[in-house]
Amino acid sequence: MASGIGGETKTAERAAAASRGGLADRPLGVAAVVVVLLIAVSLPFIMSGFRLFQFTQVLTYSIALLGLNLLTGYNGQFSLGHGAFYGIGAYTTAIMIDRWDIGYGWTILVAGIVCLVVGFLFGRPALRLEGLYLALATFSLALAVPQILKYFEHWTGGSQGIVLSKPKAPFGLRLTEDQWLYYLTLAVTIVLFVLAWNLLRGRVGRAIVAIRDNHIAAEAMGINNARYKSVVFGVSAAYTGIAGALSALAIAFVAPDSFNILLSITLLTGIVIGGFATISGAVYGALFVQFVPNWAQDISKAAPWAIFGVFLIVFMYVMPRGIAGFLHLVWIRLTASAVSREQGR
Amino acid sequence: MDILVQQVVSGLATGGIYASLALALVMIYQATDVVNFAQGEMAMFSTYLAWSLLQAGLPYWVTFLATVAIAFVGGLLVERIVIRPVEGQPILTIVIVTLGLLVIFNSMAGWIYSYIQKPFPSPFPPKPIKIGNIVFGAHDLGAIGITLVVLTLLFLFFRFTTLGLAMRAAAQNPVSSRLCGIRVSWMLALGWGLASAFGAIAGMMVAPVVFLDPNMMSGIQLYAFAAATVGGFTSPMGAVVGGFLVGVTENLVGTYVSFIGTELKLTVALAMIIIVLLVRPTGLFGRTTVRRV
Repeated sequence: MASGIGGETKTAERAAAASRGGLADRPLGVAAVVVVLLIAVSLPFIMSGFRLFQFTQVLTYSIALLGLNLLTGYNGQFSLGHGAFYGIGAYTTAIMIDRWDIGYGWTILVAGIVCLVVGFLFGRPALRLEGLYLALATFSLALAVPQILKYFEHWTGGSQGIVLSKPKAPFGLRLTEDQWLYYLTLAVTIVLFVLAWNLLRGRVGRAIVAIRDNHIAAEAMGINNARYKSVVFGVSAAYTGIAGALSALAIAFVAPDSFNILLSITLLTGIVIGGFATISGAVYGALFVQFVPNWAQDISKAAPWAIFGVFLIVFMYVMPRGIAGFLHLVWIRLTASAVSREQGR
Repeated sequence: MDILVQQVVSGLATGGIYASLALALVMIYQATDVVNFAQGEMAMFSTYLAWSLLQAGLPYWVTFLATVAIAFVGGLLVERIVIRPVEGQPILTIVIVTLGLLVIFNSMAGWIYSYIQKPFPSPFPPKPIKIGNIVFGAHDLGAIGITLVVLTLLFLFFRFTTLGLAMRAAAQNPVSSRLCGIRVSWMLALGWGLASAFGAIAGMMVAPVVFLDPNMMSGIQLYAFAAATVGGFTSPMGAVVGGFLVGVTENLVGTYVSFIGTELKLTVALAMIIIVLLVRPTGLFGRTTVRRV
């Protein structure tokens, strides 16, 4: 059927096979998700203050990484400029709260919609750009965005940025601001992960992967490449924008220079480390990009980036499917006999 | 009118720098179908090495030649050690590896030399040159001159030497070249070396203008992308013309379109890239590649 690169096709088939099974056939997977969720829910009672804030950041990163992975991992479209959408989302929230005094809950939604539209509009002409040229266009976008943000000083506060105040917990809940933000982010993360999982396991998901593996064959089978690709671009941008909005609330500050090309490279590093075309990879990647630079910072200001660079290259050599792919491989080795019996090989 | 001529000349000067870097990008693209996103950072790092040599007391032109030589060997080694293992892999893989190089070079420069800006000397006298009513910066004229000399040398190398011919052949048809006994993989490495040497020259020419700092090349690399896109990634000549064209456009737009000024310069490059890719993806001089499916 598809004549793409062998490895990718096989993974796609495996993913499709796994997704067809649904929840009931994967008790261990469900158990793992439940355990992770329990840990996630209880975190605010175990740690507080800065630690908790770091985990809020992990959640926002994982949303952004899931968005980027939808586009690059599943749909095969490069984006070296997703930091731009992260920035647009963050600024949408900040401007709406600061200038127009709108409730922060709405701003998250609006940030998602704004990025959906911008991503769709950017994705539309990008349809004509193949691989490398798309990488180039998105890379340029990432380089140009901080300057554009500074230019519209009237709204964005120029290079000074915008300072926000952290939202308080509603309905008289007895939570600190950090705890409330954490739960809010966790709730949004869960909703978006379930949405993505649902999107990818059905017909739409197969179409998205088919376009990546062989767009001509996909077109021949009646998949509207143009529509799918630009919609995926929009959805991916929306995820990243929502992540940006949540991080703006958590940090309570936005400045143009935090949305530079290095942010885009950070996001790309996240999906490389976590694993292309996997949902769980977003979480591994988010943990990596949040905590590794923190530890490396103790060595030198430049060390985090050096480590990112080395990891990018080394992962491409030895673990091109990232941590998720590696764990999957280990799992297959461990259960080899059971799997082969099941599949009748 | 005088302002116009001055702006055009200084546009040509920066354009020459864009042209050198764009040519470096195009050389690698032609040989391997990959854009080296680390090209600018490699150039920046070479310029830092030149700074170290100058601090050690070497005269400028000795430093210049030494840096070009070191950059050549460095580029060669990077290809052999880092790029070789992913030769023939999907484009995404190679792009990610070059991005890895980008952050590594950037952070190494910051680590070794700190993020504080350093002045970098120009080999040309600071006194402006006056022709008629128009004043030209000596560095601008010198940079244009050096670019032209280097371009001529490169043209002669590719046109009249066996090695140049072998490199062109390896880029155009690797399989047949291999059958003729050309060591294609080494030709690619040579291409990386030459590209890196070119980048080093661009870096040393631009550092006196923008000051030396680990992030000095990011904007210039964007303009080099624009230059290569305008000229066409498949045409070295196009990259050179594109470089000069982009440099002049940048300066004229910055001077005469008031709302852009210097603050939106990068956006101009972004717009140029996207417009060219939409209207004429092969660029002005590029050839359309026909692919069998």
